[in-house]
Amino acid sequence: MPPLSILIWLPLACGVVGAALAGVDQRAPARVALLGSLAALGLSIGYIADYHSGAGLQHVTDVVWIAALGIHYKLGVSGLNVFLVGLTTLLFAASMLSLNVRKGAPKPERPALFFFLFTLAESAVLGAFLAQDLALFVAFFDLMLIPFYFLVGIDWQPSASGAQASGTGARAAGGRAGGEMDGRPDRVKATIKLVIYTLVGSLLMLAAAIAAGVLTSEQHGTPLTFVLSSLHALPLSTGSQEWIFLCFAAAFLVKMPAFPLHGWMPDGYRAMPIEVLMVFSGVLSKVGAYGFLAIALPLFPRAAVHFQTLMLLIALASILYGSVMAFTQTNVRLIAGFSSVAQLGFITLGIFALNPQGAQGALLQMVNHGLVVAPLFFIIALLAQRAGGSEDVRDLGGIAFRAPVLATLFLIVALATLAMPGSANFVGEFLILLGVFKAKLVIAIVAFSGVVMASVYALRLFIRAMHNRVREGVDRSEIGQRELSLLDGAVLVPLVAVIVFLALYPQLALHRSEGSVKAAVASVEAP
Amino acid sequence: MKHVPFFPPPTAATLKGPPVNFAGLSPLIALLGGAAIVLLVGLLGRRVRHRLVPLLTLTALGAAAGLTIWQWNEDKAILSGALRIDDLALVLNLILVAGGAAAVLLAWRSLAAREAGHGEFYALLLTSIGGMSLLAAAQNTVALFIGLELLSIPLYVMCATDRIRETLASGEHPRFGQQREHSLESGLKYLIIGSVGSATLLYGLALIYGATGNTDFGAIAAAISTNGLSTNVLLLTGIALSVAGLAFKASVAPFHQWTPDVYEGAPTPVTAFMAVATKVAALGVFLRFFDVALVGAQNSWGPAVAALATITIVVGNVGALGQSSLKRMLAYSSVAQAGYMLAGVAVATQLGVRATVLYLAVYLFMNLAAFAVIVARERETDLGDSTRALAGLGRERPLLAWPMTLAMLGLAGIPATAGFIGKFYLIDAAVSGGYTWLGVVIVVGSMISLGYYLPVIAAMWMREAPAAAGPSAAAGGSPAPGGPPLPAIAGASSELDGNAIAGGSLTLDADANPIATSAASASRAAGPQLEVALVAILAGAATLFFGIIPQPLFDLVRHVGSGLGLF
Repeated sequence: MPPLSILIWLPLACGVVGAALAGVDQRAPARVALLGSLAALGLSIGYIADYHSGAGLQHVTDVVWIAALGIHYKLGVSGLNVFLVGLTTLLFAASMLSLNVRKGAPKPERPALFFFLFTLAESAVLGAFLAQDLALFVAFFDLMLIPFYFLVGIDWQPSASGAQASGTGARAAGGRAGGEMDGRPDRVKATIKLVIYTLVGSLLMLAAAIAAGVLTSEQHGTPLTFVLSSLHALPLSTGSQEWIFLCFAAAFLVKMPAFPLHGWMPDGYRAMPIEVLMVFSGVLSKVGAYGFLAIALPLFPRAAVHFQTLMLLIALASILYGSVMAFTQTNVRLIAGFSSVAQLGFITLGIFALNPQGAQGALLQMVNHGLVVAPLFFIIALLAQRAGGSEDVRDLGGIAFRAPVLATLFLIVALATLAMPGSANFVGEFLILLGVFKAKLVIAIVAFSGVVMASVYALRLFIRAMHNRVREGVDRSEIGQRELSLLDGAVLVPLVAVIVFLALYPQLALHRSEGSVKAAVASVEAP
Repeated sequence: MKHVPFFPPPTAATLKGPPVNFAGLSPLIALLGGAAIVLLVGLLGRRVRHRLVPLLTLTALGAAAGLTIWQWNEDKAILSGALRIDDLALVLNLILVAGGAAAVLLAWRSLAAREAGHGEFYALLLTSIGGMSLLAAAQNTVALFIGLELLSIPLYVMCATDRIRETLASGEHPRFGQQREHSLESGLKYLIIGSVGSATLLYGLALIYGATGNTDFGAIAAAISTNGLSTNVLLLTGIALSVAGLAFKASVAPFHQWTPDVYEGAPTPVTAFMAVATKVAALGVFLRFFDVALVGAQNSWGPAVAALATITIVVGNVGALGQSSLKRMLAYSSVAQAGYMLAGVAVATQLGVRATVLYLAVYLFMNLAAFAVIVARERETDLGDSTRALAGLGRERPLLAWPMTLAMLGLAGIPATAGFIGKFYLIDAAVSGGYTWLGVVIVVGSMISLGYYLPVIAAMWMREAPAAAGPSAAAGGSPAPGGPPLPAIAGASSELDGNAIAGGSLTLDADANPIATSAASASRAAGPQLEVALVAILAGAATLFFGIIPQPLFDLVRHVGSGLGLF
């Protein structure tokens, strides 16, 4: 297999090449970026196939980046990140494809800039997953937010959005509660809120990471290093671990987002173009969860044990709050967004069960959630298109019989979201609850209610969106074709196929990640 | 070198000068000699001097840089120990010269330089750099004070050179009269407050002399350690007053109040120069004075300086929030950045010195990029240095928007910019020096700073250019059709729901348009501002390059602390 650097930087290189070609052909950036993301997907499938279970870190690249600070450019594939890398490349490829083929996809006025940023985002996310040096991880973690800042904040189609705004405004005047559903938040404000929220967490993590490296070298009298494996071998004193852990936890919880730190989510989700949202919700939230598993637990095991109850309570609050919000919202994006809060709560719950079952369930669930939430948002975009642009669940409905294929695919995704037995999500949630059951019985019992609520909001979303009477907006919609178009299907079907595949064969992920997960949790179990 | 008197000594009362090491002095000679030549050439005809004077200034700066590099790796005391030529002095020299050269390029077409008489303006600039260079090498309190004054006095004048606006103000429009007052007010304010600072510093130095009986840094350090003076009241009072005096120069809170007004009022090229070079010189002398002369009393002043750094970080960052003038915002930001760098001084370790100097170099790039863009926009639009002048820049002028974006991201400390590396190193130094909490303060400051750096980026990329942005909008591409007539105007003010207010003042500006355009056209007639764009692009590229490949910077600062009295 080629070195990991190629996997990381290939998308960005394609973004740069595409930007250079934009002068020749305005469609070139989109095409080249798609090629890059497909190549990255191919590479990551190669890494998954090539992964040797239980062989530890593989395909390691290790060069000194900044000698004076002991920072290495160290990358490696482990059981923890190999599937998340696959998920990242898959979702980015799906988004790029959707940007190329979906009818209503944003056609940015400045495609060179748009795709440069989008590919930079992919490179940064891959870097964060693959980094095996704490400082490098922090750098990628902070860096990945910058392209999203621009992607969300810039009005890519100023002329189109102006026209659209006036059109929907006229319709909303007659419609019910139009102000609320069309009242998109001020894009720039939403963006700045999102970025400040997440960067504040990241900067806390920066201080904590530097402190972790420096204090480790002081307490053990070793030269300064940030390489994860070295830091893992030299545990910090309990007092240092605790505050450093809290800083890391803040960064990760904001990114997920977890309950009290989710304030940026509603506005941010509504302001994003749907393709950006697919990767943002599908992948970026996982970096936070991955950080807990790959960094916080191994490096600060005593603190993890110390704060276990706190973290479990935060996770529980996220599950309950997210679920309740998900079945009271009417904006479909927010239904999916709050369901993500709940799902990420389950993942946190599994991680802080602090035993192999919980952690494995969490890892599987990370992949699962990414796999369901991205097609969910894609379907939302298709439904909104068929309902005259509205994303209010009350304006949708009644197209199940007119678009049976779309309805079927949606049903699969919805059932996977609610963790129907037979889906990989069921396996994931089962393992998580098993792990928590062993660790904290009471919390497990309360968390079970989250499973029930998941079926409420997932089915409510499906029924409201697909069944019932045909809504006015849908009826009047000028789009002749209600059924899934062939090109849209090219985006959606592969994603659903992966969901089905993983449902049939979850062992693929479980088996390969087992060794690494056990190693990650081992330091916590015997601190 | 042996001193050979021209005349045989007639009596024993001959004043015997110290041996002069001309090699060590050569950068300083190049700067001050260049100042003299530039002043004289400035007397030539208008046509000659407009080209020749800036070129000669650049030549002098280039010579100084070359001579500095020639002295590389030297470590010697010259002029009987008054100056010390070591890596710290040489690296700071390079940074200063780079800042000076950028200031020359930014001022090339500026009205301020033209009206102040080309020769005088550039001669003052060179003299000021000479003073900074002296300061960076000063090894006793007398040289320190001379350097500080040599730095400050030319700056007082340069701040007040915006006389073109005065000429315009003799016309009817009040707006320019106000601006002229700003420039004069800026100079006067700087003069008065700077003098107070100098006096305070002088008093402090006198007390230190009184306590230790020495002016030489090394001798002061020896006296402190041998006589056990580290708790001596006289010495501590002297230290406190010196800190206050230097804090005035470095705009460290609570001695920073002059900074926003002076930065805003001074001509922008001068502001850029002050923001970059003065800070370098002031931090340099902080390093040398505290980490050499007073290192024995570190237990006394370390926590005090750390506390000062904390106050500075908080005050600077909070003050910058909500500023709609970019220059004021950058003034407060420079206060905050001084606070970050003070953390490297407070720890009094080799690592701290290296981190501070590295941050100074990084700070140079980031600020130059930002100021160059402000200079360019001041000349292109009639919105001055308001954040609104940047609206829509990403679409119209990507070559200016990218450097500004990188500068803002760098100042905020985002990865892949040099600012991240610099901040990383400073936090590393703070934590290693036992000031972990100070590292956290730096990070908290960075968080607050996002609140004013990000809106600037938002203004460039996410807001439409104002409809009446002046000729550049008309020439650079038509505003988006179908958009609202007065789209949300960028900036911190819009954060506070100030859209209505911003819109209101925009109409005001439109009223002022004819006159403003005539004033601005004087500079705009000079054609495309290649040199300003060059500064912006080079500085922006350096910010990005050193963020990805920082090793050259680390090599540069590797030995800067070795000449100091640190352990």
